[in-house]
Amino acid sequence: MLADAFVEAFNLITSGDPELFKILLLSVQVSMTALFISVLLGLPIGTVLAISEFPGKRICVTVLNSMLGLPPVVVGLLVYLMLSRSGPLGVLGLLYTPTAMVIAQVVLITPIIAALSFQVMDDLHREYSELFMSLRVNLAKAIPVYLWDARYSLVTSVLAGFGRAISEVGAVIIVGGNIDHLTRVMTTAIALETSKGELSVALALGIILLSLALIVNALVTSVRTFALKNAYV
Amino acid sequence: MKLKKTLQFLGISIALPLTSNLAIAESILVQSTTSTKNSGLYEYMLPIVEADTGITVNVVAVGTGQAIKNAERCDGDVLLVHAKPSEEKFVQSGFGVSRSDLMYNDFVIVGPGSDPAGIHGSNNISDSLQKIAEAQALFASRGDDSGTNKAERRLWKATSIDPKAASGFWYRETGSGMGATLNAAVGMNAYAMTDRATWTKFANKGDFVIQVEGDKRLFNQYGVILVNKDKCPSVKVEAGQKFIDWLLSDKGQNAIASYKVNGDQLFFPNAH
Amino acid sequence: MHMFNPNLAMQNTPHITVNPAIEVNGLHLALSGETLLKDISVTSYTQGVTMVMGANGAGKSLFLRCLHGLLNPTSGTIRLNGESLTESRSAQAMVFQKATLLRRTVLQNLQFAAPAGTTMSDIRSVLEKVHLAAKEKNPARMLSGGEQQRLALARALLTRPRVLLLDEPTASLDPASVLIIEGLINNAKLEGVKSIFVSHDIGQAKRLASDIIFLHQGRITEHTDAETFFTSPQSKEAKAYLAGEIVL
Repeated sequence: MLADAFVEAFNLITSGDPELFKILLLSVQVSMTALFISVLLGLPIGTVLAISEFPGKRICVTVLNSMLGLPPVVVGLLVYLMLSRSGPLGVLGLLYTPTAMVIAQVVLITPIIAALSFQVMDDLHREYSELFMSLRVNLAKAIPVYLWDARYSLVTSVLAGFGRAISEVGAVIIVGGNIDHLTRVMTTAIALETSKGELSVALALGIILLSLALIVNALVTSVRTFALKNAYV
Repeated sequence: MKLKKTLQFLGISIALPLTSNLAIAESILVQSTTSTKNSGLYEYMLPIVEADTGITVNVVAVGTGQAIKNAERCDGDVLLVHAKPSEEKFVQSGFGVSRSDLMYNDFVIVGPGSDPAGIHGSNNISDSLQKIAEAQALFASRGDDSGTNKAERRLWKATSIDPKAASGFWYRETGSGMGATLNAAVGMNAYAMTDRATWTKFANKGDFVIQVEGDKRLFNQYGVILVNKDKCPSVKVEAGQKFIDWLLSDKGQNAIASYKVNGDQLFFPNAH
Repeated sequence: MHMFNPNLAMQNTPHITVNPAIEVNGLHLALSGETLLKDISVTSYTQGVTMVMGANGAGKSLFLRCLHGLLNPTSGTIRLNGESLTESRSAQAMVFQKATLLRRTVLQNLQFAAPAGTTMSDIRSVLEKVHLAAKEKNPARMLSGGEQQRLALARALLTRPRVLLLDEPTASLDPASVLIIEGLINNAKLEGVKSIFVSHDIGQAKRLASDIIFLHQGRITEHTDAETFFTSPQSKEAKAYLAGEIVL
């Protein structure tokens, strides 16, 4: 079975199957868009939480950390109920569209980006805050420094978020509906092929998805290696 | 400009979801069952629909129970499922305009070649279920309130056995779709009830064969319903009705009849 | 160099017109309910280096942080060179025990801290002084411990401070770096910079100090000129400390 799957995966890739390419492209587009929005939301949340002091900060951090474990199916269900025609946002007609999948993934990975960037920024803040006080560097000047000096660690967090988004099936299958040529992505295609008993095709798709994850991880590793070499982490 | 190009290179496109949504304006959404989707019927038929009517049909395939609930939440224009009593209730409660018979096939009991309950070749479903229960042979049920699951429960009711009492013992409820349940059945050598279309197209059969077929109680009727605009103003009445009319027309019925897998016809049109 | 006993100065010349370099009155510091600095009052007219000495946990670093405004004392007043803390802050620079350097090159670390109007040649000349000119393109955090501390001192000097605060800057550094750093502090003294230097190192205190503030358990037990401190310490804590005994 495993050997079949590898042959199948190889054939699928070399055949240049436009269907496969479309599914792969949609997967990447949806997850990239979700990632982009999640970074816009999560990075400021994590940064502000790390460098500011306010009552209830600890509770916020605890809530954020527990949101890391949000089950995708629950996120999918919540987004479904919001976007359903009979739900509060039903008039937008977004259910079963790529936008709905983006929304679900944003809900899923924004906490990841926020929590990881909080950790990175918190560490950096502990290290830099006294120096910045000493040099009388104000917050407006400090924030860009934090972001820039944390860039390598932040890239790692961001790619972790991407990995979670692109490999997730529970949420996108509920809000996307796995509609052929519209909302079918790699993970939902794998679920479908599995349910059709086409296990080697499913596994082949899995191998392709895994290769994508490998490329992303190789990228992370090389970025980290470079950063470590220069003590930029 | 440079940023935009970089984003495009990365595959980020904010406009993407919007354009995709526009495409839906020409299209309808059908809430349907996994059996029709897994059998490959839609892949065969929908391009013909599009060529004939210009309507793009998007199908969400879930269990009949969930499909009906989704349609009650107005998340669909057309309902195409297989659980007549539930469908009639859906229409009576005002969610559907009217129900039409569309096509049928039949359910079969599949099981391992070793046939531990000794039911191979039977055409009496009640007898067979009785024997499975007596032998305490494993039986994998959908357990998801789908059309197939409802039909299976009706058949158990006709015997004097309450399989729920043996749930987790020899009666295994997967709570999943047809394909996942068949995978589970093959994996644990359990009997399972499935629609013939899904079984024919199913690729992971192992040594499983059809054990019981041909009982008229195994009849599996599919119906089609337009979701009611009075309950759901978002329903695309015109396009939805056009799709239903096409399905019920000679053209549609012929298309259903002409869909074959390995030479076997999977669905039998009976709109007329 | 005009040397005098600050104690005598306090007693005998109350009408002096020169502002004291350090003037602390009734300084108390409590953090999370614990009193860490108690009733610290000290006036020092010495130019050059005032050493703050004492055992670990005596409150030396906390005292320095109060002088630099990094910690807000619970009560008390601080004036340096006759200026209140808000006035004096812009002319202060601090070097910490462990150099905090940005994740950038040596040059970029200096550019970040450089006040407006600093030229490239200003930066290069500071780099020369700390013997790091050849490493300006290196990642700062890849430097050795001694080099990192020299860079931190260069960064402090670049801001042209009138008051330099040093929190054990040479603890556990290589001798060459210690020599460079001490030389630069001596140079700064000649240029009129007031240094307040926390140190453990009795030899270093003998080399650099003009006067010595000795802290014990958050209080000042002794403040004398360096010579007096080393030849005839008055407090029993200072005596024990200089004798190499453990002071509790």
